[in-house]
Amino acid sequence: MTNLFVLQLLNGVQLGVLLFLIAAGLTLVFGIMDVVNLAHGVLYMVGAYFVATFAAWTGSFWWGLLLMLPAAVAVGLILELVVIRRLYTRSHLDQVLATFGLVMMANETVKIVWGVSPLSVPMPELLSGSVPLMGPLQYPVYRIAIIVAGLGVAAGLFLMVNYTRIGMLLRAGATNRAMVSALGIDIGKLFAVVFTLGAVLACLAGALIAPILSVDTGMGESVLILTFVVVVIGGIGSIKGAFLGAILVAVVDTLGGVFGPILLREVLDPAAAGQAGRMLAPMLVYILMAVILFAKPAGLFGGRA
Amino acid sequence: MTLTTRLLLTTALAAGLATTAQAQDVPASAEDDVLKIGLVYTLSGPAAALGKQARDGFMLGAEQIGELGGMEAEIVVIDDEQRPDKAADDARELVQRENVDFVVGPIFSNILVAIHQPVTETGTILISTNAGTSNFAGAECNENFFVTSYQNDQNHEVMGAYAEQQGYQNVFLMAPNYQAGKDSLAGFKNSYTGGVAGEVFTELGQLDFSSELAQIAAFQPDALFTFMPGGMGVNLVKQYDQAGLSSIPFLSAFTVDETTLPATQDAAVGLLGGQNWAPDLDNAANEAFVSAFIEKYDYVPGTYAMQAYDAAQLINSAVGKIGGELTDRDALRAALKEADFDSPRGDFSFGVNNYPVQDFYLVEAVKRDDGRYATSIVEKIFDDYVDNYADQCGME
Repeated sequence: MTNLFVLQLLNGVQLGVLLFLIAAGLTLVFGIMDVVNLAHGVLYMVGAYFVATFAAWTGSFWWGLLLMLPAAVAVGLILELVVIRRLYTRSHLDQVLATFGLVMMANETVKIVWGVSPLSVPMPELLSGSVPLMGPLQYPVYRIAIIVAGLGVAAGLFLMVNYTRIGMLLRAGATNRAMVSALGIDIGKLFAVVFTLGAVLACLAGALIAPILSVDTGMGESVLILTFVVVVIGGIGSIKGAFLGAILVAVVDTLGGVFGPILLREVLDPAAAGQAGRMLAPMLVYILMAVILFAKPAGLFGGRA
Repeated sequence: MTLTTRLLLTTALAAGLATTAQAQDVPASAEDDVLKIGLVYTLSGPAAALGKQARDGFMLGAEQIGELGGMEAEIVVIDDEQRPDKAADDARELVQRENVDFVVGPIFSNILVAIHQPVTETGTILISTNAGTSNFAGAECNENFFVTSYQNDQNHEVMGAYAEQQGYQNVFLMAPNYQAGKDSLAGFKNSYTGGVAGEVFTELGQLDFSSELAQIAAFQPDALFTFMPGGMGVNLVKQYDQAGLSSIPFLSAFTVDETTLPATQDAAVGLLGGQNWAPDLDNAANEAFVSAFIEKYDYVPGTYAMQAYDAAQLINSAVGKIGGELTDRDALRAALKEADFDSPRGDFSFGVNNYPVQDFYLVEAVKRDDGRYATSIVEKIFDDYVDNYADQCGME
């Protein structure tokens, strides 16, 4: 049982760093620009499609990953310029409607461009296979690589936010947007940078997960809700909060999903236990959110309520 | 409106209804000289590949034969979008407006349930080339309904019988949490009496199986049996390989086949499944079918294609036998029941319930000499296998 626990903990952390990459952008856009962006999951999907396409063209996952980055920057900039920029002064309802429309348009566009069949991205040779963990248990190298890459990006973001001028502006913007603007900072440019950064991180998350999952339309929506939970738990606008929130949510979700049914199986038949456990796991995340919001209404590291 | 006219109108309406009711035995479609066939398959969405295989298989059969049963054939293809409500409307449209003589399809069981009544109640013949639900095999069997695939439980029973034969004592079972998933595990246990290491029901549409795979690794069962159709199976197979679990035998049904192998490729090689046929089954009819299919469509046919190909052959043989006299419904049904054609799967006949009586095999995923991936026959598990519901069917 301890073996299973350690393995599931690793799975939880892997899902956590992935959620963090998506949540980091969402929390910045939400916190600094005050835009509710439902289309953030779309960027995750687009990242996966980009890496699938570029990897197929070049025959190498690494080239695919490298080419994905400028494409992600372009998508982020275009989206900001064409749609998001017009939503800054609008109400949250308008933003929700507009970005929800974007989700539908993006999903259809992806179907037209790439077709309806799911794509698959070959795993890079270097990272395929698995390493023995303990006893008969093994863990895929690629999932370890995702954890390492996610932690690397988190560290990079941490340094950027805390020790650079742009990071200072981000923190200031998240705390008091009007004051930053009043001090003569070009808030439009700052917003474009923030949005693009968020877009690239979400695309990166999609690209990293692509060799494990099949690349499919609608894959963005499946993570979006969980990402919003992460943002709210962590505190809107806080990168640190997004990181801790993501790990917390993912570990609770993963462990709950596995150990819930195992514990329930003692009292119920397997089908019922499986079903109850499946219902219990997502509930745990929202119970966690409710408890945290009860204690800290602004989230773990929220600047404002 | 006077009372008399209203009465007249009601009588006329009632008479009209009565005529349609009488027409059940000989549908309007039988009167004309054209043999019209409606194909209902899922051709868009995540499961589009399955419908595409079936459509291509049927079209290949129809093209090779030319005039089906000596009649000029017209084929209408409909995409049901995997939506039962749409499929039911389409089926009504096909039989009532398009006047088709045969409806062929669908892929999914819930679609079959939706179109079964609208088609068969008009006397039109419905030929399912994939879905084979238990209700229509048993008490609700219908003289106008034929199946060229299997009864849904059978592929799972093949794997249960194989696990039994191997003497496994500790099998881990995993299926999505919906009706077909539960039926699958029930079918497996039908022919497997050993112990169960764990039984996990996953969310339908789940793509990351890391936590389930961790449980399998921790339990170290003798084998895994799973039913994960479509994209779920692609992800599971890739992750199973990545998790280093390849030493644990992977038994499955509808998970590793010609529709998922192009996506899973090497990760699936060596995994086991249960089928009524495989592309390398050794007989002349099969060799001709597989090579013609690959030449025309440039991919390896799966069971979906083979079963639809047989539907075209079935229609051809039956219509030919009765000389195109589609108004003689009893003769048509009798001719269909004879199943007088060479199926690529070898032995093929219809049981009392119009479901196939056929052999089932253990198959293994392989990389072919031409670099494509396909399933390959390992051994025969069941000979002339009849489904478990046939004796509940009241037909002769």
